[in-house]
Amino acid sequence: MSTPLEHDYIGLAETSSMERSSEKLSSSSSSSIPSIEDKTSKTANDTCLNLKETELRLGLPGSQSPERKLSLFGQDLETNDKSNGFAGSPLKNLVSGAKRGFSDAIDGSNGKWVFAMNGKSDVELAKGAALASPRVGLDSKTNSQQAKTSVSVMKEVVGVPQSPKPVQDKNNLVPPVNDHAIAPASKAQVVGWPPIRSFRKNSMASNLAKNSDEGAGCLYVKVSMDGAPYLRKVDLKTYNNYMEFSSALEKMFSCFTIGQCNSSGLPARDGLSESRLMDLLHGSEYVLTYEDKDGDWMLVGDVPWEMFTDSCRRLRIMKGSEAIGLAPRAMEKCKNQN
Amino acid sequence: MRKKMACSLPDEVLEHVFSFIRSDKDRNAVSVVCKSWYEMERWCRRRLFIGNCYAVSPRMVIRRFPEVRSIELKGKPHFADYNWVPDGWGGYVLPWIVEMVGAYPWLEEIRLKRMVVTDECLEHIAKSFKNFKVLVLFSCEGFSTDGLAAIAASCKNLRELDLRESDVDDLGGHWLSHFPETYTSLVSLNISCLGSDEVSLSALERLVGRCTNLRTLRLNRAVPLDKIAYILRRAPQLVDFGTGTYSADLQTDVFSNLAGAFYSCKELRSLSGFWDVVPAYLPAIYPVCSRLTSLNLSYATIQSPDLIKLLRHCPSLQRLLVLDYIEDSGLEALSSSCKDLQELRVFPSDPFGVERNVSLTELGLVSVCLACPKLQSVLYFCRQMSNAALVTIAQNRPNLTRFRLCIIEPRTADYLTLEPLDVGFGAIVEHCKDLRRLSLSGLLTDRVFEYIGRYAKKLEMLSVAFAGESDLGLHHVLSGCESLRKLEIRDSPFGDKALLANSAKLETMRSLWMSSCSVSFGTCKLLGQKMSRLNVEVIDECGPPDSRPDVCPVNKLYIYRSVAGPRFDMPPFVWTMDEDYALRDS
Repeated sequence: MSTPLEHDYIGLAETSSMERSSEKLSSSSSSSIPSIEDKTSKTANDTCLNLKETELRLGLPGSQSPERKLSLFGQDLETNDKSNGFAGSPLKNLVSGAKRGFSDAIDGSNGKWVFAMNGKSDVELAKGAALASPRVGLDSKTNSQQAKTSVSVMKEVVGVPQSPKPVQDKNNLVPPVNDHAIAPASKAQVVGWPPIRSFRKNSMASNLAKNSDEGAGCLYVKVSMDGAPYLRKVDLKTYNNYMEFSSALEKMFSCFTIGQCNSSGLPARDGLSESRLMDLLHGSEYVLTYEDKDGDWMLVGDVPWEMFTDSCRRLRIMKGSEAIGLAPRAMEKCKNQN
Repeated sequence: MRKKMACSLPDEVLEHVFSFIRSDKDRNAVSVVCKSWYEMERWCRRRLFIGNCYAVSPRMVIRRFPEVRSIELKGKPHFADYNWVPDGWGGYVLPWIVEMVGAYPWLEEIRLKRMVVTDECLEHIAKSFKNFKVLVLFSCEGFSTDGLAAIAASCKNLRELDLRESDVDDLGGHWLSHFPETYTSLVSLNISCLGSDEVSLSALERLVGRCTNLRTLRLNRAVPLDKIAYILRRAPQLVDFGTGTYSADLQTDVFSNLAGAFYSCKELRSLSGFWDVVPAYLPAIYPVCSRLTSLNLSYATIQSPDLIKLLRHCPSLQRLLVLDYIEDSGLEALSSSCKDLQELRVFPSDPFGVERNVSLTELGLVSVCLACPKLQSVLYFCRQMSNAALVTIAQNRPNLTRFRLCIIEPRTADYLTLEPLDVGFGAIVEHCKDLRRLSLSGLLTDRVFEYIGRYAKKLEMLSVAFAGESDLGLHHVLSGCESLRKLEIRDSPFGDKALLANSAKLETMRSLWMSSCSVSFGTCKLLGQKMSRLNVEVIDECGPPDSRPDVCPVNKLYIYRSVAGPRFDMPPFVWTMDEDYALRDS
């Protein structure tokens, strides 16, 4: 039963009939994919990239100002001296995505499609993040880095699933990511493929942990933030170190701070109070804490990363004022464990 | 001549006739015959199913159906099951509970799926519905054991408490003990999702002992194996039982106790649980195996030889959930032992590993499909597939109604010919004329969607990932699949043209989800503005989509039909495209 023509067509596609639009679709698909996607993405990229030059970008730990080491969580973190604003976690997410599904069997046409998307999404990421920070900061290097990153990303994608091929040191890969890691923080839990429910994933994770020394699979923990209306869940196994983890969390919860900054309830715009946002994201107003296996609340960052992922049961981003008194306990515990 | 009018029947007769009409579809058909039938039907409708809680508002529902006793609501899109929908997206049931407390004081049953349920909701339910009987929270979250304690303490007529796959915050406090000693009406209890959280065993044992009508009992992992025998002996009338952890040190008395307890359960038809299985204890269930119709071993890490031994004892099996440890050899054995099999689900034991860890291929599935004539429903994770296998399955099992295949590596081609799997899936939709649900995987071009559009006329739900080449693929599906209700797509190059050309189709569906596709923001705005009965929601955690040019694709898009207009409980990363959006935008 075919629907009448008038109802299908809402007046703004190029053709005015189903048949013609099907033909157009089929003719456009008969040409190879790169040409369609490249055409649209090129225009998008051109406009997007031009605007990108002038946009504000999110400065994260380890970015252009080495003196600013504090992150959202008030911790001194090791920084990789990467010139772009984004830390390693988006790329790590790509890598974990690569482990989980970005196949090295990306053949010519599909591969190109992926990159056409990549160009756009990378820009989206930059522009979106721009709202969150007053930092000005695009080098001219970015454009060439983007191209460089595509190549290095492709190599990484190819490299990771197959052990014989050389795997690039993840730390050397330059962010920003240009693939579907548009929202990298939540991408850690979103990129998941194959589709397995988290209850099953967590059950299997504890099976494997019991059977072998490596805990493969993944480990979801809840993250709550004081003042935020709902919890988020993160998979600790997708991060390699505190730095990646903290920047991922920062991205995930920056949505809350944007929302908070805008009292009228409209989508946040450029007219944010810059100083207020600075305080929230880069100052020490919030502190990251976790509940360990014993039920104690500890400051994140005191123990080696692996020990942290083994013992962390849930996380809480609490207001700095409430975190007083946690540090001494953490120190004692460390001493006792050693 | 006096015209014979349907509405001239007296109300009592109509009401009586309608009481035999149970299905929603029939009820809906009845209600549009004429005004008086509409009125009569709405007063005597007792059971409601609302597949998308945002499609209608609680007030609208209550206005039309004033005497509802049972309600079922679904919230988040299906892809939320795999964590592809960010937390906080929505699906809050509290507004519904609040309205129903006032309007339906005699509400007896609430069934929720993928919704956010808080302890406050549970407390409302406990206090307000005096005749409350059934609470099913399927894949829900947001509540804790405190809320459960409130239900246990106050719902004197509770018959069913089913928390399957929900995410429950364990705050301790032994909520099970809150069932009063006088409470005896429990028929079904499913707490398997409580994971490693402790449950008060003595409270559980007492509860089981006094609830003589208990038919379904699914325990959680924390219940040790040596306690099972005691529980089973107190409830030999059980029909459906889920164990806790199925491992213990090998002791003959524990084993014989367990086997004896199972032996006493003559009504047992369904078994599940089986976490951490020690194979030596499996034979304890042999006494019940010959009657078993449903077996869920999907958490049991037992190897193929043990599985084969077990399955040989289960000739009546209709439903099997199992890990891929069963391997092709185990599936071969299954196909010869279990001729009544209707549903098979094979889950991956190591889905994120790169190397194949078990000898499970397409051959296992083919052998079951060839030998089990009643097989209707398949969910199969594997690492290789061929068009030949799919064609064989299609030709031999035209009675398939649900076929969900997940080839673990995206875009995997036919391993024999290196071609896309278009022809194989095409055969599935061509031969299985009653196919209602299909999940695709592997390397797929637009051709497969052409087949789907042409043949899959009864298809209601389609899941697509990493497939297709152009808008034509999506266009085939939207224009061809007449029964399509739910479409969910990720990482596929579908964009604006297909959506715009088929926008009216979207109003005939429950919902459309597209993530990491090529739909531009401009198209989303256009759809939202033009289609007043669609809610077009853009999900983007990087900031408002209007900060980028309209040609930029959106990250995630969720479109659903609604008579309630845009919702207002969205988190900061979800934007509704409607007529007002453009105004707010400027």
